[in-house]
Amino acid sequence: MRRGPWLWAAALAAYAFLYLPLTIVVIYSFNDSRLNAEWVGFTWHWYHELFHDEDMLIAAGNSLLIALIASLSATLLGTMAGLAMHRYDLKLLNFMVLAPVAMPEILLGVSLLLFFIQVLNLTLGMLSIVLAHITFSIGFVAVIVRAQLTSIDESLFEAARDLGATPWETFRYVTFPLILPAVIAGGLMAFTLSIDDFVVTFFTAGVGVQTLPLRIYSMIKIAVTPEVNAVSTLMMLLTLGMIVLASRIAPDVLKGKV
Amino acid sequence: MNDERKLSRSTRFPRWLVSGPPLLFLLLLVAIPGVIMVFASFRYPGEFGGLAPLAASDPQTLHGFTTETYRFFFSDFIYVEVFIKSFVMALATTLICLVMAYPLALLIARSPKRSRNLMMLLVILPFTSNFLIGIYAWMIILGPQAALNQLINILLGIFGAAPVQLLFSPFAVMITMVYVYLPFMVLPLYTNLEKHDPALLDAAQDLGANAWQRFWRVTFPLSQPGIFAGSALVFIPAIGMFAVPELLGGIGDIMIGNLIKDQFLGTRDWPFGSTLAILLTLAVLLVVWLVAKLSGRGGRYA
Repeated sequence: MRRGPWLWAAALAAYAFLYLPLTIVVIYSFNDSRLNAEWVGFTWHWYHELFHDEDMLIAAGNSLLIALIASLSATLLGTMAGLAMHRYDLKLLNFMVLAPVAMPEILLGVSLLLFFIQVLNLTLGMLSIVLAHITFSIGFVAVIVRAQLTSIDESLFEAARDLGATPWETFRYVTFPLILPAVIAGGLMAFTLSIDDFVVTFFTAGVGVQTLPLRIYSMIKIAVTPEVNAVSTLMMLLTLGMIVLASRIAPDVLKGKV
Repeated sequence: MNDERKLSRSTRFPRWLVSGPPLLFLLLLVAIPGVIMVFASFRYPGEFGGLAPLAASDPQTLHGFTTETYRFFFSDFIYVEVFIKSFVMALATTLICLVMAYPLALLIARSPKRSRNLMMLLVILPFTSNFLIGIYAWMIILGPQAALNQLINILLGIFGAAPVQLLFSPFAVMITMVYVYLPFMVLPLYTNLEKHDPALLDAAQDLGANAWQRFWRVTFPLSQPGIFAGSALVFIPAIGMFAVPELLGGIGDIMIGNLIKDQFLGTRDWPFGSTLAILLTLAVLLVVWLVAKLSGRGGRYA
């Protein structure tokens, strides 16, 4: 295989570019200084502060609740969409599933803002955020489930039919167990997307409700405080856990992503 | 084929039962809001923000439909300029991402099979963390008290040049945008490069091609579909970005996203905000169409 020193150097530089900023955030989260400028000494202070910051805890609670409801709903709807896309050639469904994923996020955000206020007359809050998160998560679940379905041998369904299985029995005992890893991986993906989302949430949250990313945004907009380092480090750990879990359950997911 | 379809249908749920719920949900929350936005762009702004009524008893009140917002957009060069600047910024982000991602994707594709997945995972991981964390990290790195800015100013001082500020500059916006979108470029490039047959390079070598010729005349042309896919994945979200210019850019570095955000959450001129969003959509569709056309032409290599 041709892997010259120049290729190695350029690739390692790219890896360094990807990891250096995150490493700095993690290191400074343990730094005993208010300025993110030089290393002073080790401290747990910022984590301590974080767990006593009531606004932050409320925001974290909101984020978890939203992510839980949105990912469960998106898993259900996304799995159905994945099955439908695999079995029937529905151009409209294909388009509707991929459109919110393929457009800049801000467009989904402002169009939903307009829709919720102008048409539904809804007060922006938890409900509007959950609905918005389901909307952009469905596509990811659907794509993962459809990818799994294409790898299943069609004769299994024929065998179920020959043995007299009803559509529900075929789904319950054949299809569902086979796509379960993809369904779980899709659900974890939807959960991660929801808990991390900033742009769409920013437009659909209104004034009353804060989520973790919204809170981080307002903190870094006003002043850079090391508490952000601590909350960022914890969020990275959470996402990392989710991705590792997803890749254990369905190893093909990462390869088939995007 | 037809027979197979008929037979296997008995093991399946009716089509509407499976496709109905997700389709209805998405029609309600994607298609209808999109249509409403198109209509909103042809309305007048309301007295206290939002939209003016369609019908009004007092003829003095602005009401009904108008093309005023579109005329306003093109009458003031400021807005067109922001659009052009956003295009340039997104295009530059895409090109820098391509230059940085290509060697990385190539190295991973040419690595032994067992290490490829781990190497790809290492590319994907930073991108799964919240992009605000990346923004924040670059605010630290480029900050006036950080080592990088101080070092540059010391060097500039030696040569007698005035000190510079890295943060709140187009440079800060650019580097952070590249940081946020780099993995989007690596993924499709790798997927493409991985499929290349190494025998092609051996053949080129046997025919006397040197390393550069092998790259430019074999690998690069074959990777065009991956380049186009990656470019679309970077360019489309990059052109709608508002958080990076807002947090790391100066006043002159605002992009379309910042304009849209201000119209909806700041001045609350929804018709003009909708107009900007519609024009952004059209710009994105134009780019997608162009990329599809170009990659269709490049298809002869594949």
